[in-house]
Amino acid sequence: MPKELIRLSDCVMKFDNDVILDHINLYINDKEFLTLLGPSGCGKTTTLRIIGGFQKPTAGDVFFDGVRINDVPPHKRKVNTVFQKYALFTHLNIFENVAFGLRIAKTPEDEVRRRVEEALSLVNLAGYGKRAVDALSGGQQQRVAIARAVVNRPQVLLLDEPLGALDLKLRKDMQIELKRIQQQVGITFVYVTHDQEEALTMSDTIVVMNGGKIQQIGSPEDIYNEPKNAFVADFIGESNIIDGVMQEDYVLGMYGRRFPCLDKGFAPGEAVDVVIRPEDIDIVSPDQGQLTGTVTEVTFKGVHYDTIVDFRGFKWLIQTTDYSPVGARIGVKIDPDGFHIMKKSAYSGQFGDYSSYSAEYDELNEGPGKAEDGDEE
Amino acid sequence: MKNKSLSIPYVVWMAFFVVAPLVLIVAYAFTARDGSVTLDNFNNMGVYFPAFYNSFALAAAATLLCILIGYPLAYFVSKESLLVRKVAMMLIMLPMWMNFLLRTYAWMSLLDDNGLINQFLRTVGVFDLVNALSGGNMTCLHMINTQGAIVLGMVYNFLPFMIMPIFSVIDKIDPRVIEAAQDLGADNAMVFRKVVFPLSLPGVLSGVTMVFIPSVSTFALSRLLGGGKTLLLGDLIEMQFLGNAYNPHLGSAIALVMMVIVLVCMAVMNRFGEGEEGVSVL
Repeated sequence: MPKELIRLSDCVMKFDNDVILDHINLYINDKEFLTLLGPSGCGKTTTLRIIGGFQKPTAGDVFFDGVRINDVPPHKRKVNTVFQKYALFTHLNIFENVAFGLRIAKTPEDEVRRRVEEALSLVNLAGYGKRAVDALSGGQQQRVAIARAVVNRPQVLLLDEPLGALDLKLRKDMQIELKRIQQQVGITFVYVTHDQEEALTMSDTIVVMNGGKIQQIGSPEDIYNEPKNAFVADFIGESNIIDGVMQEDYVLGMYGRRFPCLDKGFAPGEAVDVVIRPEDIDIVSPDQGQLTGTVTEVTFKGVHYDTIVDFRGFKWLIQTTDYSPVGARIGVKIDPDGFHIMKKSAYSGQFGDYSSYSAEYDELNEGPGKAEDGDEE
Repeated sequence: MKNKSLSIPYVVWMAFFVVAPLVLIVAYAFTARDGSVTLDNFNNMGVYFPAFYNSFALAAAATLLCILIGYPLAYFVSKESLLVRKVAMMLIMLPMWMNFLLRTYAWMSLLDDNGLINQFLRTVGVFDLVNALSGGNMTCLHMINTQGAIVLGMVYNFLPFMIMPIFSVIDKIDPRVIEAAQDLGADNAMVFRKVVFPLSLPGVLSGVTMVFIPSVSTFALSRLLGGGKTLLLGDLIEMQFLGNAYNPHLGSAIALVMMVIVLVCMAVMNRFGEGEEGVSVL
């Protein structure tokens, strides 16, 4: 049974009349890698800053190990932060940057020396102690920032889009690196990102946020396979989201046809959102298909083709290794476990149509373009 | 190249108005009136030791006072809202818009034995009280024509040059760096001592440069506020060019020695701030 370490209880954050956080309830377990995931301005950084003590919630309580810490200033919290853009001390060398917290805690000199060396080798920067901050690359500075935080052996490490300023290749390496560090030092990580792939790669638990509200909490698999609403389905990975009706348990009505599915518990005739992941759709010949449509666009993606298919005006994205030329009439087949049924929500109808599909969607999702607006909130 | 031709006016300017005067000063310093090369101008320098000493001591005192007054001011102003910061900076700059002599004359009439300050103290009965207590016969607080008055004049005139660079450096410190220090366990005093102050040193350094150099070479202040009793280098040099002692060769030599001492001071100071991105005069 994992131990609960941090709890946000009914936290509200307002700036003037803007509601940044809308009644957030969240608990974080000890030694967990928890990711706050959402688009710019969703409140994820504010949530992190509340845990770090840099902002006080307008209403609601923050508990650490069962003790209310709303009024505890940052320097008295057993939490350390890795800041966006690192925030290293440029007037100190790498060693002194990492030693900063230990020196403030008046740690004996030989212990400082030992622990700083330890922390630097943890982030693969052994021997860099004498260098100046400016002499390091972005990725190295990031690792110094991590070492500077973990060297204090906090119970919780807060990371605010720490990889946002790095290029894609470096980011992927650092994701694995971070996960390794977390397992090695065995402390709780609370990680903020807008990058769904980053979240899926590293987290034990993902908290999807939008508009100051928590949309869904769950393991990466849960979030991907069982999204709670159209927002989550669209934000995590690619999704075709189609209007459907649950005709009875295990039977879904869509496009005037009946499809076997694995979902139950809905009222007969209830209107629902149907999520179909692009990789769960098989292309077959038109006479064998459950549905038939026309290919309107094909993009080669390396591993697969992104095929856009028009089904009576609603365009689906299908990811398949089979090539179908534009204009081809094709059939599709979806296994019962390929359907995911969601109740209608405020987000219904906003996402999941690929009519405005552009081949650049990958870059838009992952590119540094999004990273620069990370300063929101 | 096109870009190069753009720099020609500046190069010409520098050659005529920076390099040429320096060459002239050096040439004058090493020659006698009859044009022969000589070191006599420097051999007699010892006579003027008091002037050197006074100039550097008073300038150092003024610079120190400027730091003590200017640093806290810059620090606290930088913590204020944008409006307060703008108004404060304007108020700090405001006296600079008035003529230097006018400002100094104003101080003369304030500091005089029968000036505004003494009149005020007399009216409220401070001197009577002091006399009654000590049995003395105090009629005024003597302030004008002292070295203190000269230092006051320097501080008053050059303080903005200390505040501005310190303010702009503190203002630019990334708030996240301060949060990082808090996050690592530093309370407010510690954040200041270990982060804000070290990061603001380049500003202090350029402030010191901008206050110390004009203070060392000032000349009107000693006459107006010091009553001519304290001979400063500026006055000494002026005398060699305009006064009865007319001797441009000696004046150039003194100016040259002063320049070298200032440069050495600055070099030593920049050594302290090494690795910082300070304004260097060298």
